[in-house]
Amino acid sequence: MALVLTEEQSMLRDSARGLISDKAPVSHLRQLRDSKDETGFSRELWKIFAEMGFSGLLVPEQYGGSGLGAVEAGIVMEEIGRTLMPSPFLATSVLAASALLRGGSEAQKAQHLPGIADGSLLAALAVDEGAKHRPLQTNMQAVRSGNGFRLNGDKALVVDGHTAGLLIVAARTAGSAGEKNGVTLFLVDPKAKGIATERTIMVDSHNAARIVFDNVEVDADSVLGEVDQGYPLLETVLNVGRGAVASEMVGLSEEVFGRTVAYLKERKQFGKAIGEFQALQHRAAQLYIDIEITRAAVLKALQALDADAANAASAVSVAKARAGTTATLAVQEGVQMHGGMGMTDQFDIGFFMKRARVCQELFGDSNFHADQLARAKGY
Amino acid sequence: MADLEKFRSETRAWLEQNCPPEMRKPMTSESDTFWGGRNAKFSSEAQRVWFERMRDKGWTVPHWPKEYGGGGLDGEEAKIVRQEMAAIGARQPLTSFGISMLGPALLKYGTEAQKREHLPKITAGLIRWCQGYSEPNAGSDLASLQTRAESDGDDFIINGQKIWTSYANYADWIFCLVRTDPAAKKHDGISFILFDMASKGVSTKPILLISGYSPFCETFFDNVRVPKSHVVGTINRGWDVAKYLLQHERAMISGMGERGVGRPLGQIAADSIGADEQGRLDDAVLRSQIATFEVDEAALAAAAERAVDLAKAGQAHPAFSSAMKYYGTELNKRRYEILMSAGGIDALEWESERSRGGARPRAWLRTKANSIEGGTSEVMLGIVAKRILDLPGA
Repeated sequence: MALVLTEEQSMLRDSARGLISDKAPVSHLRQLRDSKDETGFSRELWKIFAEMGFSGLLVPEQYGGSGLGAVEAGIVMEEIGRTLMPSPFLATSVLAASALLRGGSEAQKAQHLPGIADGSLLAALAVDEGAKHRPLQTNMQAVRSGNGFRLNGDKALVVDGHTAGLLIVAARTAGSAGEKNGVTLFLVDPKAKGIATERTIMVDSHNAARIVFDNVEVDADSVLGEVDQGYPLLETVLNVGRGAVASEMVGLSEEVFGRTVAYLKERKQFGKAIGEFQALQHRAAQLYIDIEITRAAVLKALQALDADAANAASAVSVAKARAGTTATLAVQEGVQMHGGMGMTDQFDIGFFMKRARVCQELFGDSNFHADQLARAKGY
Repeated sequence: MADLEKFRSETRAWLEQNCPPEMRKPMTSESDTFWGGRNAKFSSEAQRVWFERMRDKGWTVPHWPKEYGGGGLDGEEAKIVRQEMAAIGARQPLTSFGISMLGPALLKYGTEAQKREHLPKITAGLIRWCQGYSEPNAGSDLASLQTRAESDGDDFIINGQKIWTSYANYADWIFCLVRTDPAAKKHDGISFILFDMASKGVSTKPILLISGYSPFCETFFDNVRVPKSHVVGTINRGWDVAKYLLQHERAMISGMGERGVGRPLGQIAADSIGADEQGRLDDAVLRSQIATFEVDEAALAAAAERAVDLAKAGQAHPAFSSAMKYYGTELNKRRYEILMSAGGIDALEWESERSRGGARPRAWLRTKANSIEGGTSEVMLGIVAKRILDLPGA
């Protein structure tokens, strides 16, 4: 398959870009931050996302969605990355939809997917427990109890955790931390007894939560996929999410870069545009090249996910690792080349730097993914 | 799509049947590369068989038109041939500057007579070409070149000196930049001309490099007589041809960074250094350097694939090969720094049988030229800044 967008995909990009740049420029995030908005995103905008078919992008048509794939999800995420729009798209439309689609029973799909597609159901994936993303170290306990399970443990960096109407939780039904066997995914009602959710305001002003599970009872029907065998499903879902976050970082990097190059052409010192200085020209050129190469790696990963998601892990690790280092470089160069203005809250560049830091950590940073690749290659 | 899948399975079957097993092993020495030419020698029977079969099929250059000895394949088909060759580790049957540099320029700027004269001899491996670009005082500032071509009836008389001419001492013909109008501005008085290296007045002198090899020469022209009909494109407009050819040269050199065939670097390092109890390379810092390298290598491979697809879709920026050249060559230098570190003491041996005559350190030193030849990394970044980013004064 050619590593360029098809005509349909280009049209999707144009319509996503039109909507997002119009309704949710960076000032939209700034406004949500400054007003300490309870929800952390615009429900009105989410309704429009649903009307345009974005919320159900990955949901099959029989459940009311568009039945598209990872490449299309990446296209929308890239546009989200350009303006840093806070949106349930990642947690609900990418992660939860993928989990239900790939692991759900017919009943589970029929119950939840239509709500994702029409925008009425928000969902969140609860995986991380420690300071770093280590899904294999999942240690939250799910002990058999009556007809179901009893959950105990803490989750962190649950994107949209405080607004979700459905939680997808990774817990351990057997084995111990570090083992693939024994991980199970559960569908949990966040209003269930014993759940305490703390919204954590993060550096990037996007949604995240810590959730404590204290003897939370769930029934056997809440198991997503198979008991003890949830790890491959979790990894596949995470890989779709990683591809999506990598796309967000490509959009973010390109936007920062575009703003920075424009500034190099406009800002004058020593009687000329600072973009005339070779020291800055070469760094700008290096960053451009870095972004272009990362863009190709990310598209490659998204195509691999659509072709065979179970075997896309290496391509996804390459994409997420690259996107993390590229975005980190882009925002650092962006602030540095904007000089003192880049340090001010009034300028938008700082928002990109903050979001890039969070995107790095989401579902494994560059180090994690380079290490995954090395392990896969046996060294 | 169904046709392409059929083409793929036919290609796979043909390669399976026709590519000798020896030609599927990673190349280990210079003689594993077949360059063709009047004095060409095959280093093995398998190399001869492989070359002749591919030549007869038109697949020494699968995407050139059939009438010039190519395979007449379209972009998708040529990509499939590349992919299927890579899948079995098949070597290139013929390597030549005629294929990677002159050919594309002739296809775009050559007359029909020039194409018919030269392209079939390139695809058939009959003529080996070299590139007369750099001069002692025209390196990064290539357009300041001084080799003169003075008009004498239907001929030019050429005088001057080239340097860093790759394999000039083995080449049969040269494509050469010469100054045909000394009064014009430097970019406007240059012509692109072809001539036989056996012409009277041509001489070459190999340059010994830090690798101990002499892949480059000084090339001297002393009253060399060349018919004016050998100019490619318009007289005094040779810079257009030169730049177009450079795009292809840069694309070729950038490919050096993505030789992902053979054993993964991590395993090469593990053989030499060993692993800890958990099976991880017993040098944590080198392990992380290798992992980061392999991330970048895979990303570059995707970018190279995308560059071809963009070109096919008519969406490529003409200066993008400079971006790829920069990244690919810097990456290849990193590869060899890692290989030297992984090899440790063993990679320092320069002459022993055991080290195949110091193959690794010599290759390591060779890579240092990657970011100089065909335009330095700094020149590449300048081109990106000017032509792609449109930065002022670049």
